[in-house]
Amino acid sequence: MTFRARHLLGIEHLAPDEITTLLDLADTYAEANRKGAAPRDVLAGMSQINMFFENSTRTQASFELAGKRLGADVMNMAMQASSVKKGETLIDTALTLNAMRPDLLVVRHPHSGAVDLLAQKVNCAVLNAGDGKHEHPTQALLDALTIRRAKGRLHRLSVAICGDISHSRVARSNIMLLGKMENRIRLIAPPTLMPSGVADFGCEVFDNMEEGLKDVDVVMMLRLQRERMDGGFIPSEREYYHRYGLDAAKLAHAKPDAIVMHPGPMNRGVEIDGEIADDINRSVIQEQVEMGVAVRMAAMDLLAQNLRTNRDAA
Amino acid sequence: MTLTAFTNAKVIDPKGGTVAQGTVITAHGTIQDVGATAIPKGAQTVDCGGKYLAPGIVDIGVKVSEPGERHKESFASAGRAAARGGVTTIVTRPDTLPAIDTPEVLEFVARRAAEDSPVNVLPMAALTKGRDGREMTEIGFLKDAGAIAFSDCDRVVTDTKVYSRALTYARAMDALVVGHIQEPGLSNGAAVTSGKFASLRGLPGVSPMAERMGLDRDIALLEMTGARYHVDQITTSRALPALERAKSNGLDITAGVGIHHLTLNELDVADYRTFFKLKPPLRAEEDRLAVVEAVASGLIDIICSMHTPQDEESKRLPFEEAASGAVGLETLLPAALRLVHEKMIDLPTLWRALSLNPAQRFGLPSGRMEAGAPADLVLFDAGAPFVMDRETLASKSRNTPFDGARMQGRVLGTWVGGTRVAGES
Repeated sequence: MTFRARHLLGIEHLAPDEITTLLDLADTYAEANRKGAAPRDVLAGMSQINMFFENSTRTQASFELAGKRLGADVMNMAMQASSVKKGETLIDTALTLNAMRPDLLVVRHPHSGAVDLLAQKVNCAVLNAGDGKHEHPTQALLDALTIRRAKGRLHRLSVAICGDISHSRVARSNIMLLGKMENRIRLIAPPTLMPSGVADFGCEVFDNMEEGLKDVDVVMMLRLQRERMDGGFIPSEREYYHRYGLDAAKLAHAKPDAIVMHPGPMNRGVEIDGEIADDINRSVIQEQVEMGVAVRMAAMDLLAQNLRTNRDAA
Repeated sequence: MTLTAFTNAKVIDPKGGTVAQGTVITAHGTIQDVGATAIPKGAQTVDCGGKYLAPGIVDIGVKVSEPGERHKESFASAGRAAARGGVTTIVTRPDTLPAIDTPEVLEFVARRAAEDSPVNVLPMAALTKGRDGREMTEIGFLKDAGAIAFSDCDRVVTDTKVYSRALTYARAMDALVVGHIQEPGLSNGAAVTSGKFASLRGLPGVSPMAERMGLDRDIALLEMTGARYHVDQITTSRALPALERAKSNGLDITAGVGIHHLTLNELDVADYRTFFKLKPPLRAEEDRLAVVEAVASGLIDIICSMHTPQDEESKRLPFEEAASGAVGLETLLPAALRLVHEKMIDLPTLWRALSLNPAQRFGLPSGRMEAGAPADLVLFDAGAPFVMDRETLASKSRNTPFDGARMQGRVLGTWVGGTRVAGES
């Protein structure tokens, strides 16, 4: 087994063999979950705190379930309602929590880099559940596991990532992960939603869906993050749907067996046609949610192992 | 009478563009003779040991956090930091709390500075009340009270009608205006320069074009008003041709750059290191090189530290929320010497930008190595290596981006008006 990381802050610092180790373990947890046979002693006696400085239902539930399936004591803290409102800084919050000696800290924060900052101040293992527009590593890992299970491999695939790439941490983590595993990445977005300098990431850049989707194996749609907009990135939702929404006609440009993915929550009729999303022959969106729990179980398991090793050494 | 002979020095003369071995004689707070052949009787001797002796640095745009945030930097601590850094004159910024926008506040500042600072302090005042960009300050009264220039610092006066009137009025008072060039709409909310690095880190970026747009606007206003104008910082290559044109068209314009933009680039931010968060943000390496070249050619006139003290609380935050700015008084000289060691600029040219040009632009008699100039001097060893440790800084705030950096260049002594203010005698 090779997994050296102390925290899971992003895909950027993971090596390909660490990614493979994690996905292999997640695969076994996915099977165990289907049989209802997850080993409840893996995180027994460990405490997991979910700290969400930004609203989340799905990711938080997924982390909570993952921790509970492995026997951890899980606590959820809604940070918007707590001391943050009273002016406590992130570092003070981190130090306070650290003094309670948790083992696993799952953090989501609206600012890029905030989870890295917090991780510098605590002794436990930190999992980034999304920081600003930076990274969302468990999402990229669950996407990778879903692709690997559907396609039988995670290399030499042509993957299109479409939509609001500029505001998307999911896109960044996926670009890094898919790049590390040697896939061909195509980014499709209106130029106003494409981050600058992105061609230097080793991606092909398109502003036209039909061209961008040509012969791809995987179509990864992104949520149009309306709440993140300053206003004026696109003329209207309906024009966006017309040009960039995934429907059957556009999907026809991809390979006949191309799978369709979406990190959720979906805006049906904005970035994706409802029928495509529900097409069990093409859409793996439900599978992504299922793999999310397995990937998070694997991530926490591996980090907990490293945490125990480090504590024994100390 | 304090007659002093600085012997065995490599004397930097920025005006003559020379470095010459020799002796400098000072008395009564002024330089008496450069290149003296005999040491006058009764003179106290400072053996310079073959090191460099130069006019003290004139650092414009220093933030001393009085009034309002004395815990970040006081006149005493800033003055000590300046002296240790070879800076003999600081021109202070009015972006304090409250802003220095009335003669009364300016007088308070001048008094505090005179009491506490071992180096010369010359305050700037705000151009508009509260730096809000709505009404001009009492430029005449402020100038009478000692304001050496007028600036809203990092705030851009967005209303061009207000700005053009303030520039016109300032011109009538023969007052220098220091402007910050940044198109405010485009740069709104930005924490770094747009590009690959910003995208990788998921940080909001501003296009370098925002600086050129800001400069173009201000140049048009100068054509309109004929004001005396200095750009606080030019940090991008795309703004340089516009500056060159404005100068060749005879506008009364000069430009500066902060030392950090000459020695660091955007990649130094690395994993969200907030001590590298500046305003404007650090740029791409190509921009840094273009700006260094512009200093070497004289297109950019002035190098300053853009000394901006910030306490730990305002820096230990997620990058977007963290305060901008870095301290620089004590690291200005060794950082600037990097450019000399890398052979990008020679010492007399560097000293024009550090000392002669700012003194001339702000109407000061210092910055020259000639008889009659104030005996504001710095003695330094250009090659002495050291590892920067921020805990050793005299500034109350220690937000330096050079912590742990290997640097060369140690100040051995600083004199203000002939009096030693730093270094062992």
